[in-house]
Amino acid sequence: MEALSNVRYLEFGEMIVGPWAGLMLALFGAEVIKVESGYRLDMTRRAGVTAQGGRVAAYIPGQPIPEGMITDTPVFNWVNLNKKGITLNLGEPKGVELAKRLIAISDVMVETYRPGVMDRLGLGYPDAAKLKRDIIYVSSSAVGYHSTGLEAKQLGYGPLFRALGGLGYLTGYTDGPPGEGLGRDDVLDGTMISIAVLMALLYRQKTGQGQFIDFSAREGISFLIGDSFMEPVLNDRDPVRQANRDEVMAPHNCYRCLDDGMDRWLSIAISTEDEWNAFCEAIGSPEWTKDDKFRDASGRWQNQEELDKLIEAWTINHSDREAMEILQRAGVAAVPSFSIDELWSDPHLAERGIFDVVDHPVLGAQPLIKSPCRLSVTPPNIKTHGTMLGEYNQWVYEELLGLSQQELSDLVAEGVIY
Amino acid sequence: MVAGPFCTKIMADMGAEVLKVERPGIGDEARRRGPFPDDIPHQERSGLFLYLNTNKLGITLDYTTPEGSGILRELVKGYDVIVEDNPPGALSRLGLGYEELSELKPGLIMTSITPFGQTGPYRDYKAYPLNSIHSSGEGYVTPSGSSFRDRPPVKLGGFAGEYEVGIYSALGTLVALYFRSCTGLGQHIDISKQEALTISCLFDHLPYAMVGMTVSRLMPRVPETGVVPCKDGHVMCVSLEETFWQRIKKLMGEPEWAQADWYQNQDRRREHAAEVRKGLEEWAGNRTKRELHEGALEEGVALSPFLTPREILQSELLKSRGFFAEIEHPELGKVTCITAPYHLAKTPWWCERAAPLLGEHNEEIYCRRSGYTEQELATLAAQGVI
Repeated sequence: MEALSNVRYLEFGEMIVGPWAGLMLALFGAEVIKVESGYRLDMTRRAGVTAQGGRVAAYIPGQPIPEGMITDTPVFNWVNLNKKGITLNLGEPKGVELAKRLIAISDVMVETYRPGVMDRLGLGYPDAAKLKRDIIYVSSSAVGYHSTGLEAKQLGYGPLFRALGGLGYLTGYTDGPPGEGLGRDDVLDGTMISIAVLMALLYRQKTGQGQFIDFSAREGISFLIGDSFMEPVLNDRDPVRQANRDEVMAPHNCYRCLDDGMDRWLSIAISTEDEWNAFCEAIGSPEWTKDDKFRDASGRWQNQEELDKLIEAWTINHSDREAMEILQRAGVAAVPSFSIDELWSDPHLAERGIFDVVDHPVLGAQPLIKSPCRLSVTPPNIKTHGTMLGEYNQWVYEELLGLSQQELSDLVAEGVIY
Repeated sequence: MVAGPFCTKIMADMGAEVLKVERPGIGDEARRRGPFPDDIPHQERSGLFLYLNTNKLGITLDYTTPEGSGILRELVKGYDVIVEDNPPGALSRLGLGYEELSELKPGLIMTSITPFGQTGPYRDYKAYPLNSIHSSGEGYVTPSGSSFRDRPPVKLGGFAGEYEVGIYSALGTLVALYFRSCTGLGQHIDISKQEALTISCLFDHLPYAMVGMTVSRLMPRVPETGVVPCKDGHVMCVSLEETFWQRIKKLMGEPEWAQADWYQNQDRRREHAAEVRKGLEEWAGNRTKRELHEGALEEGVALSPFLTPREILQSELLKSRGFFAEIEHPELGKVTCITAPYHLAKTPWWCERAAPLLGEHNEEIYCRRSGYTEQELATLAAQGVI
């Protein structure tokens, strides 16, 4: 059974934020119709290679796609699983008319163009609500739909959201620069949009009403550090970056493990006296529990730099997994700072079955990770590879909108469906 | 402490009645964490707890006692969803597992949040928020673009990893609620923190899965992408395609050094990374975050300042968007909090009450709604059940 099989969702979104929101719901059975255009090819489709692996001429927005160019990539595939992709040129009045007909039969639409673009096309919320009274309409942008002034020109890339949202400032070494993050913030913003859509769907179930949702991607990143605003609010000062340190716990860090230049680390966090005693016992240093400097939590916290060195003298003689096993057996929270390759060969994740493969007609076998939302009755489900450009044109235009074969081929020839 | 409470805060702030069940006398671990006003610890003055528990009702209950678990079984009948973060199997051993509770309350949705999920060889392993971030790969690649080869990978700032988990927990719960609204059927949701965190790393997973390349925080990138120090802090500069670099050069005023042929090609710029960085840093070093950002906004350059929480609180744009709200708290007075990044026109973010004091709604829930007398309540309290 699929949880969202009665939801039709129209996606006007490029890059990651919007498409990720659609993916989160498509995995639960929502029918996501993804609207693209060859004249405005998504950046994540632009690998610029041919089937033979050669380079093709650079893609120029507004121009047709260069001959022989592959428009499918592993990133695009992942982010657009289970979706039904169509091409539609919104630069043509007939294209806008077709978009309106699609809106009229949809439950949800999400658009991530710059604020104002959809309104100028006649596809803004007021227009959409006339076509479909109870539509749930999300406008997502870098700083939000209702923004004015110079800041409204903010470009929308994940690493910029991390900087503007405050998470960057709080991440990293105390004496180093703030921490950046590439890509992950777009994903999280996308997930937040899917949450907002679901809340609106629940409200619609109850009242029959749709609504407009204004989503700001930079606010989404501030949402991940909500409690960090309490420090300036209560004490008029900013919190600081503190690498792996904790306000209360010590030891609380990553420790270098035995490796052959592979950069392996074990995270250890100790909260209670029981854990501390078990830890000292497990690593063969029970005398530390008697040491005045480490005897209680505040002593360990005060002297944590010294303690870290002592601990690392033990971890450096063990592999990260071996050290994890020893300490977990003793009831101590110790987990390697897993690198991506370690995760793909991890027995726990293998048994949990988080890895999957989908066959793509152009790209071949594509490895993936499943949704982390494991629902027992309606589990997430990967049904089809990332949609190819215009793959569902015939189905959507003929079956859903009732165009004839002739009308469809005319619209293709006119560049409306491209 | 954070992940579960954030999941339910998302619901409570949109109008759900959330009943928070805390251990008598002790309460949520978050109560012992700051920030506290003037750094003086007090269980009713934790900024972390206050933020994460807005709009919730709070009761105390030790459901590990026989009386306590009986009381919880009764309470469950009045609720649609349970969100819990006990170790796998702990609730079943108390007769409070999904199987048992869903018999009492048909259609029940239960969301269980654990470090490694309900199954698999690590299911009983212990992990604090630090360990969870590092269990997922998200720690290993942080801080990306690092030049400190001898230093460990680090966690995300604050409790961001736990918030991520809370967001996926909310997603799963809402999907289940929607399905229930159509069919009446409930279900159990198994959220592994490790899995919720690792899904965000798709740009790190793909290079490995496709070509066996392990992304590390130490990997060099296109030199004009990254953190650039400036006069009063740092800015983030992003360059994905050649047009990005062309715009950065224009913003810098087409400096002499950037005109050489090899600067016009991404691959060649990588070979001369040190020179590109030096040029960028000299240019940015004489300018403030604000100057750089305003220039970037005018010219369409993908560059933004690293803002601190205090700077964010001062943003006129965010104020005008209703991103902040004032909450009246009995111990702390008027406190400003952030609202949410999604602004739903008909069902906006809403704050009816501040976070509950420990056991604040015991009388309301036990006496007025469940029919216990004040005498019975006092007896249960004396027994340590409530």
